[in-house]
Amino acid sequence: MANTYTAIATVTVGAGGASTIEFTSIPATYTDLYVLLSLRDNRASTSGDNVKVTFNSDTSSVYSYRLLYGDGSSAGSASGSSEAQTRIQYASADNQTASTFGSLNMYVPNYTSSNAKSISSEGASENNATEAYMGLTAGLWNPATQAAITSIKFAPYNGTNWKQYSTATLYGIKNS
Amino acid sequence: MPTKLVVDCSTGVTTEVELTAEEIAQMEADAAAYAEQKAQEEAAAQAKAEAKAAAEAKLAALGLTADEIAALGK
Repeated sequence: MANTYTAIATVTVGAGGASTIEFTSIPATYTDLYVLLSLRDNRASTSGDNVKVTFNSDTSSVYSYRLLYGDGSSAGSASGSSEAQTRIQYASADNQTASTFGSLNMYVPNYTSSNAKSISSEGASENNATEAYMGLTAGLWNPATQAAITSIKFAPYNGTNWKQYSTATLYGIKNS
Repeated sequence: MPTKLVVDCSTGVTTEVELTAEEIAQMEADAAAYAEQKAQEEAAAQAKAEAKAAAEAKLAALGLTADEIAALGK
């Protein structure tokens, strides 16, 4: 059971927006990683947006995911394999209530292991309306050559730019 | 010019880096691919819903009650 959380780094998107947020040179001194995200992007939609996650700048087809989602009236699921990224959900999108941000977290256990790296994530977009999305995701990064995670990149799935005041904080967790 | 934020966890320094032309092209291609994927998922969901409604209408025409039709789906 994790008993120590250390904030490794945090970032807030500035006035010009940003196409991606990437944590690099992640130290290998922790057991697990945890990321808290508050995100809004420029997708012209009231449905929020998914978030692309890649590790170590690897965009080869070695990612997979299983996800569940609900929009306030119905639920659905989706999956993918041999993907160029895994995905988590939901960031807020540009046509949702102004100045609101989706809240997401992502847990990455055993990020320095020599095995495939799994993630779990949950999140919800904010929208002052009857339709608002929330979702759960399990994902996997399984490269041919396993390596410790040293960088994590977050990009809008359908949009192209994170909006100003989006934030991301990376935590390291030790189990002792 | 679009930029990306890179946070160096060893120094705590955040750098705003302009995207290369290749990165911009890739970003736009990814967005287009996702839009296509989402459209296909929505079309599949719509087709499934329409097929379900058509099946239920046929069952109702055969004389099944709404409760009986609903019980078939459980």
